[in-house]
Amino acid sequence: MQTANLLPLVLVLAVVAYGLAYMRSRAVAAPLGGIRNLKALPFYYAARAALWCAIPALIVLAVWAGFEGKVIQGIVIASLPQDTWPESAGQASLILSQISNVAAGSLDPEFVPEHIAGAASLLEAMQDKSGNFKAILVVLIAVLGATFAWTRVAPHINARKNVETTLRRIFFVCAALAVLTTAGIVFSVFLETVRFFDRVPITEFLFGTSWSPQTALRVDQVGSEGAFGVIPLFTGTLLISAIALLVAVPVGLMSAIYLSEYASKRMRSTIKPVLEMLAGIPTVVYGFFAALTVAPFIRDLAAIVGLEASSQSALAAGLVMGIMIVPFVSSLSDDVISAVPQTMRDASLALGATQSETMKKVIIPAALPGIIGSILLAASRAIGETMIVVMAAGLAANLTANPLESVTTVTVQIATLLVGDQEFDSAKTLSAFALGLLLFIVTLLLNVLALKIVRKYREQYD
Amino acid sequence: MTDQRSQAEIVRNSLKHRYRKERRFRLYGILAIFIALASLFTLFADIISKGYTGFVKTTITLDVTLDSEMMYLDDPTDEDQRSMADFVAPIIAALQEQVPEANSAGEKRELGRFLGTFAASEVRDLLIKNPDLLNTTQTIEFPAHDRVSVYVKHADNPRYSIQLSEQQQRWVDELLEKGVIDTSFNDVLFSRGDSREPANAGVLGAIVGSLLTMLVTLAISFPMGIAAAVYLEEFAPQNKLTDFIEVNINNLAAVPSIIFGLLGLAVFINLFGMPRSVPVVGGLVLSLMTLPTIIISSRAAIKSVPPSVREAAEGVGASKMQVVLHHVVPLAMPGMLTGSIIGMAQALGETAPLLLIGMVAFIVDVPDGFFSSATVLPVQVYLWASSSEQGFVELASAAIMVLLTFMISMNALAIWLRKRLERRW
Repeated sequence: MQTANLLPLVLVLAVVAYGLAYMRSRAVAAPLGGIRNLKALPFYYAARAALWCAIPALIVLAVWAGFEGKVIQGIVIASLPQDTWPESAGQASLILSQISNVAAGSLDPEFVPEHIAGAASLLEAMQDKSGNFKAILVVLIAVLGATFAWTRVAPHINARKNVETTLRRIFFVCAALAVLTTAGIVFSVFLETVRFFDRVPITEFLFGTSWSPQTALRVDQVGSEGAFGVIPLFTGTLLISAIALLVAVPVGLMSAIYLSEYASKRMRSTIKPVLEMLAGIPTVVYGFFAALTVAPFIRDLAAIVGLEASSQSALAAGLVMGIMIVPFVSSLSDDVISAVPQTMRDASLALGATQSETMKKVIIPAALPGIIGSILLAASRAIGETMIVVMAAGLAANLTANPLESVTTVTVQIATLLVGDQEFDSAKTLSAFALGLLLFIVTLLLNVLALKIVRKYREQYD
Repeated sequence: MTDQRSQAEIVRNSLKHRYRKERRFRLYGILAIFIALASLFTLFADIISKGYTGFVKTTITLDVTLDSEMMYLDDPTDEDQRSMADFVAPIIAALQEQVPEANSAGEKRELGRFLGTFAASEVRDLLIKNPDLLNTTQTIEFPAHDRVSVYVKHADNPRYSIQLSEQQQRWVDELLEKGVIDTSFNDVLFSRGDSREPANAGVLGAIVGSLLTMLVTLAISFPMGIAAAVYLEEFAPQNKLTDFIEVNINNLAAVPSIIFGLLGLAVFINLFGMPRSVPVVGGLVLSLMTLPTIIISSRAAIKSVPPSVREAAEGVGASKMQVVLHHVVPLAMPGMLTGSIIGMAQALGETAPLLLIGMVAFIVDVPDGFFSSATVLPVQVYLWASSSEQGFVELASAAIMVLLTFMISMNALAIWLRKRLERRW
């Protein structure tokens, strides 16, 4: 049976267990003179039965469903005749997809070698067997759990405590999932990166100045060595992010200052949400805007001035990205500016300073750490942004500082290297994970630094 | 004395200059706000001006005589005959009737270029469904080819290049006048999946894919996010582990979304062997991404419930879990819902991680389950925007409008919920 059908089945069983245990607890209580003689309300006995029924069964189901595919694949590969064993992971996945195509009926068994056809029927049989066994096991565990809870419906047992402890543990697991996600990111990306550095030395990756991840399909191919130097990608990312910050910092900061110090309450409450809309628009929309409107506009404008701009110029992507991150700068800056104590403003104004002088000489210096924190957060957003650059920036890794030329970024390369089918043992695919790790580390450092600065600043005025 | 007067003098003299500076500073602020608002306005105006034509389709309506000789077809139920039959010939004959001047074989071929690629299969499907229609005359509406559509809709727009000869343009004008070629509301957009041809492409497949993906995301991230927030706010002991979990959640909220795509690819697809391009994997990845947002906003909502509520419940003998589940969580629910809806709106617009787990495949069929290949609205926008056919640009903008409509309504719902249900203590 499919996992998708087993899941509702287990839930139905849990509901049945709930109902049965509820009735049983009332039946147990009746001769004693009502439910007030039980240690817990019938609801808790019933809830405990439902938990006992569902949780072990769901855990088994999740583990089984998670690993059955891999285990069956391993058994099928091992069943092949010795001389046809795959030599590499790529070959293995090729053979496996052939086998599963035959098994699914989309490939005629007559067109493939005999051992593949044999493996296909084995695969089918294994999948059937695994599905049946999984269904039986899961249902059995669910019924056993419910039965156990059923026998434990007794007046002297405090079911409420059991249920509350279990719920508390479930809550903890949910909170700990965040740690698991981080660990998942680090390990999955890290392991592939280590495999990548087996092929390409880490120094070449970090300090190489040329990036062209095409690897040879044949050994004797000419000019297909592949170069994995990350410097041009990094300068491209920095160029686009710098342009974005050049737009976002003045616009965001000045809007924050105006809204927090000059604007009337009504103006503030209407304009602030509108500004924040800029951050809520999907990035693919910005990408569309950058690629189809801003980039051609910049190219035409440059042509009028007599310059030559690429149709995928860094300037277009940077400008649009700058607009997108305006709210990241303005919202946080607004908060920190408002958090500067009113006494400092009053003191400065009382000395005869104008509002703008107060702002420039008193408030901004006082709020500077928070403002820097907001700029760092915006920078980390810009570095990690993908869709705008995928659609509006180029693919060619040019080492240039000219904003009218086309550059590529780390995120663009990750996306292009991993879209579509890929072999998991080629340096080309693995390099995307190395780039991902680099991106993760850089953005993480920026975030940690920004949060630290902001927190320190807050303590100062609290 | 003279010293003091000169001091005052200096101040007075500098005032004009300082006030000018003050006004300039204020102007910069207004300018900054203006730039931001103008960009937002330009963005919307650009998308609407590019996309409103996406909601219009160009059709050719003809009285087609389904002549069996012309099609080399006596029995529409016979598959062998069907595969040899020429379903285009009667359509071209009907078109030629409307443009009598196109006589030669070459001119007829030119006329045939007006039709979308699927015109023949439309006639075939009609005959399969209803074989009795053979040798009768039927009024059939065909989608016009992209080049006709571009000419009809965008003849004056310099961004589009017209790919019709002058003669063909004259014919199209003639047919427009006769009402054979006409424009109407593009119902195809909302009733079909993707297609290689703009006239047959729709967003229904992407909408259903988005819906399925969002359902998975909601089912995972909403209960888990609330459970995590409840644990951290109400039960977590003050220790290193709790601190570590909190730092992790805050950092995850700022991790670039594409990294979650890498995680999904490496763990769900590579390690667990889950299929590519399916809503389940997309939903799993997006829920990991949305979880921190939901946890952070839910914690804020729980924090705002006053301690007096907890103390009152404890005072009448409720256990800690009862206090939380019977009083704190229901009272914090509006805030939690608002945060979750905003998180879901973000997930709805997310594209990058879904590219990596293969939800960019070209999928014609509307997905029919959590395990069938699908794409989502933002990815559909990306696919159409990077397509080379001109007709897809307006479809991409139209899809953006559909996407933004969904997102704006979700955000409006969140704001309404907050206004309606949130209690201030």
